[in-house]
Amino acid sequence: MSTASDEKTRQAPAGERVADWADGRLGIYGAAKGMVRKVFPDHWSFMLGEIALWSFVVIILTGVYLTLFFHPSMNEVVYDGSYVPMQGVRMTEAYASTLDISFDVRGGLLIRQIHHWAALIFVAAMFVHMMRVFFTGAFRKPREINWVFGFLLFVLALFTGLTGYSLPDDLLSGTGVRFAQGAILSTPIVGTYISMFLFGGEFPGHDIVARFYSIHILLLPGIMLGLVVAHLILVFYHKHTQFAGPGKTNNNVVGAPFLPIYMAKAGGFFFLVFGVIAIISAIATINPVWAIGPYRPDLVSTGAQPDWYLGFSEGLIRVMPGWEINVWGHTFVLGVFIPLMIFPLVLVALAVYPFIESWVTGDKREHHILDRPRNVPTRTGFGVAWLTLYFILLIGGGNDIWATHFHLSINTITWFIRIAFFVGPVVAFVITKRICLGLQRRDAEKVLHGRESGVIKRLPHGEFVEVHQPLDQGALHTLTAHEQYKPAELGPTVDENGVERKTSPVEKVRVKLSKGYYGEGNQIPKPTAEEYKEITSGHGHH
Amino acid sequence: MKKLSARRRHPLAAVVVLLLALAATGGLYAAFAPAGKAQADDTAQSLAIDEGKKLYAVGCASCHGVGGQGTTDGPSLTGVGAAAVDFQVGTGRMPAQQPGPQVPKKKVIYDQKEIDQLAAYVASLGPGPSVPTAGQYNPQGADAAKGGELFRSNCAQCHNFGGEGGALTNGKYAPGLEGVTPKHLYEAMLTGPQNMPAFPDSTMPEQQKQDIIKYIESVNSSTSANPGGLKLGGIGPVSEGLFSWIIGLGALVAVAVWVAAHTAKARKS
Amino acid sequence: MSSNRISDENLPAEQESAHAEVERADDPFANPGMPAHRPRIQDIDERAAKRSERAVAAMFTLSMLATIGFIASFVAFPVDKIVYIWPFGHVSALNFSLGLTLGVALFAIGAGAIHWARTLMSDVEIIQERHPIEATPEVAAQAKKDFLLGSAESGFGRRKLIRNTMFGALAMVPLSGVVLLRDLGPLPEDKLRTTFWKKGLMLINQNTNEPLRPEDVTVGSLTFAQPEGLDDHNPDFNNEIAKAALMIVRIQPSEIKDKRELEWSHEGIVAYSKICTHVGCPISLYEQQTHHVLCPCHQSTFDLSDGARVIFGPAGHALPQLRIGVNDEGYLEALGDFDEPVGPSFWERG
Repeated sequence: MSTASDEKTRQAPAGERVADWADGRLGIYGAAKGMVRKVFPDHWSFMLGEIALWSFVVIILTGVYLTLFFHPSMNEVVYDGSYVPMQGVRMTEAYASTLDISFDVRGGLLIRQIHHWAALIFVAAMFVHMMRVFFTGAFRKPREINWVFGFLLFVLALFTGLTGYSLPDDLLSGTGVRFAQGAILSTPIVGTYISMFLFGGEFPGHDIVARFYSIHILLLPGIMLGLVVAHLILVFYHKHTQFAGPGKTNNNVVGAPFLPIYMAKAGGFFFLVFGVIAIISAIATINPVWAIGPYRPDLVSTGAQPDWYLGFSEGLIRVMPGWEINVWGHTFVLGVFIPLMIFPLVLVALAVYPFIESWVTGDKREHHILDRPRNVPTRTGFGVAWLTLYFILLIGGGNDIWATHFHLSINTITWFIRIAFFVGPVVAFVITKRICLGLQRRDAEKVLHGRESGVIKRLPHGEFVEVHQPLDQGALHTLTAHEQYKPAELGPTVDENGVERKTSPVEKVRVKLSKGYYGEGNQIPKPTAEEYKEITSGHGHH
Repeated sequence: MKKLSARRRHPLAAVVVLLLALAATGGLYAAFAPAGKAQADDTAQSLAIDEGKKLYAVGCASCHGVGGQGTTDGPSLTGVGAAAVDFQVGTGRMPAQQPGPQVPKKKVIYDQKEIDQLAAYVASLGPGPSVPTAGQYNPQGADAAKGGELFRSNCAQCHNFGGEGGALTNGKYAPGLEGVTPKHLYEAMLTGPQNMPAFPDSTMPEQQKQDIIKYIESVNSSTSANPGGLKLGGIGPVSEGLFSWIIGLGALVAVAVWVAAHTAKARKS
Repeated sequence: MSSNRISDENLPAEQESAHAEVERADDPFANPGMPAHRPRIQDIDERAAKRSERAVAAMFTLSMLATIGFIASFVAFPVDKIVYIWPFGHVSALNFSLGLTLGVALFAIGAGAIHWARTLMSDVEIIQERHPIEATPEVAAQAKKDFLLGSAESGFGRRKLIRNTMFGALAMVPLSGVVLLRDLGPLPEDKLRTTFWKKGLMLINQNTNEPLRPEDVTVGSLTFAQPEGLDDHNPDFNNEIAKAALMIVRIQPSEIKDKRELEWSHEGIVAYSKICTHVGCPISLYEQQTHHVLCPCHQSTFDLSDGARVIFGPAGHALPQLRIGVNDEGYLEALGDFDEPVGPSFWERG
């Protein structure tokens, strides 16, 4: 016993020896420098992306399990498994094997439910993560590329979700595939060709499940995995952003080291995410394909919706009027094709936003301190307008469900969405901007006059006043740390030699936008040190 | 022939012819009239009709007209049959309380005897489907799997794959089917109440209706299994999406707040 | 670039915080620097630290117990056992127990790790400097020089013939991949224009698989029909029924507003395609009093008493009607195929 431990101390511990061995071949010590103690700031909203990351891992783990039992085949079989209300029913092998996973494989139902719940939560987490990044301005230089990576992940997740939803070949998913096929057909010139090639002939054909299968389990997740890795490498490389506060500057990062705190927190968080999803899958059904029934192209169930993340495209297609133009022997199926084109536009509008903003500000510096949404009212207004549009369409996508559950007319809801589609974002933009400006004013007030203490004091002449407590320096700094741009101006119309200067129309647009962002009335000038001193000394504050 | 013509002038001949004619008429009537009306002579039945007429005059005539001919407020009841009355009144839809896109299911205000009397009266206005017997609607021994196929091809488009109901145009809707008795399910299919189309025996035989009832019982009753856990309304992705946002993401954000929060500091003392 | 010139003037002053190290007593908003670290209870009270340690260990132990529970449930419960558990209803015993034990086993590991990190690992905040992402001018110049050197050595810029043919070759080689996709499916031709229906085929009731007679179809009823000779063992059944599915209703001839509809009906019995002209959902939410039929997918509404024209929603044209009559034996039959393509519109539809 003692000799063994003596040998170890002489020889260095086994773990260290393994590390030395690996370093000689991989250079791990060099790589670990700066990694092991890399600092990450703590804020709950910085973990939203982690929810997405870990649910993605859960999806991959459970997905691999499901491939062991799922048969991606559209061959027709007669079901003879243990679910009684389906016995003797004709269905595809894909559907039958999904029933087997649910009823004959022990734990299969649980894994299926974890897979599907994790998928819904994955996209939801990506969505809120993306909103966090947007509203705090974390997409600014040097993180624009990572924003685009994140955006691509979001879009790929939508399509991975769509293809996965279609695999069981149940009545609901088949209806979704039918919709996709109808939408493809609306594409001018090439629509019918794409449809024939994708489905291997006419709808539904015999190939689509197998084709979606390889897209769902190989192609898209493969690309996503690569993007996730790139996304994380960039997060490491850029170091995380942080909110302004005492000790935090644009040139540092304040927080806990990767080892041990972040290792424990991030690693532990994986188990928490997996655990929560497992518990949800224990108590709540998702996509009960056995009740929905096998797909047949002449059958349908009411309440035909896609999973939530495609709900907004469903809303677009539902509220669109049925425009169709026949000219020169061809059909422009505008009623389907216009929504089909607005769908990517809505998404791309979000993706290109960082580039538009940096063009408007002309700011080429690095930004590592996050904005509070109120301090950038126009950006926040745009963000909320976009969200409003998104959620209006999401409501439109479930108009039949709202109709039955709130005793409304489906036609009224559709008309409401049609109008709100145009009016809602504008109203949301105006209201949001006003709220932001109000909050900015309140911050300025707080900086100059201190915090309302709730203590009421009676002055000698009888007047009641509330005692305001001055803020400490940390709070003063936090509330005044944000940058304020001056609006861009068009230069003089003549240059110093008296020659007329040409201003490009693009430049004019930029100046207009810049005024909209930073002009008078679009941001509240933050208090200056002079103002502060004048007030604090003049009043001889309480 | 000779024999017959010889007795033609017999004093009883007229009586015999009359009897034969009556029998023929009755027989023909019995053969062609709907089953429910065959016992119209029954005294109990005519009593029921009388009672039903009285109930009708009080509860129904204001909308459906004194003789069931219909008014602007309610359709004609001629030929709707006893099954329609048993369904509409037996599920509380009739008498209607207020105008609207659709008359909803309510508390039943007549007892079964009164409903039968009303049904008898309305059935007397014109031939229509009679109230089904237990043997017709009882789903015992029916085939749930076959019923499922029939349900998906005939019913699911309005009532949803699990019979949870769904929206129709302008505020109308197909109601949920949970807790509806086999008799009322049968009558609804037979008569097509309100905007629901009918599925008469000529296109959907009695056996198939039983299969459908059996299927509804197996997937949407208080005892039917939901192996995966909470059913979330059984309406598909909308409620699942809400659940994943509110419960799923909600729980995870709560966890994230805990993970990122600062641990309580020791009090300065 | 002019935009640079204008914007530079409008950029805010460098963030004050960048100069936090510089003592500026006259700036009340200056960054005061990191506040002093304050210890947690666990840092100063060993008993509290012990309590935390025990809590973490308890959670890891709970996880182990839950995993044992998972294995036990897997062995103990038959796959088809249904139990009633309030408030979840009649659920699968196996799914419920496996999910809960797995969830607890995982969650407890996570909770233990987090509790450990929060209460026992050092919570002293560390400051790390950031460095600009972009390279220093020297490094950038060197990189560009290296690149130009390499590029010059390759002769890429000088030997245009090589460059252009290489671009040509690289541009063309992916075409093989595109060509290979050709056999994914057949060309459309007129496949979307024809259906299984043709003159003389009887209308088969999908419920009973028997041919329909006019007297079977009562006013206010709804029936679904498929063409005679198309049975569900046919390998192409799904492709065919996706176009041939019919809904049959009977409307009082006096209520039919469209003249052609009446002509193509048989005594008020009309046969319409069941496939929505919007994106192809089977549409059959028939309201027998209004004669409206609604699509459950996107709410296109058609009036079956008026040529099935669109009265609401995103569909672009009326549902195609199948012309029907009665054959010698008294059964309903088609008098031909649809005279227009069924289902969603497409470019070549015209």
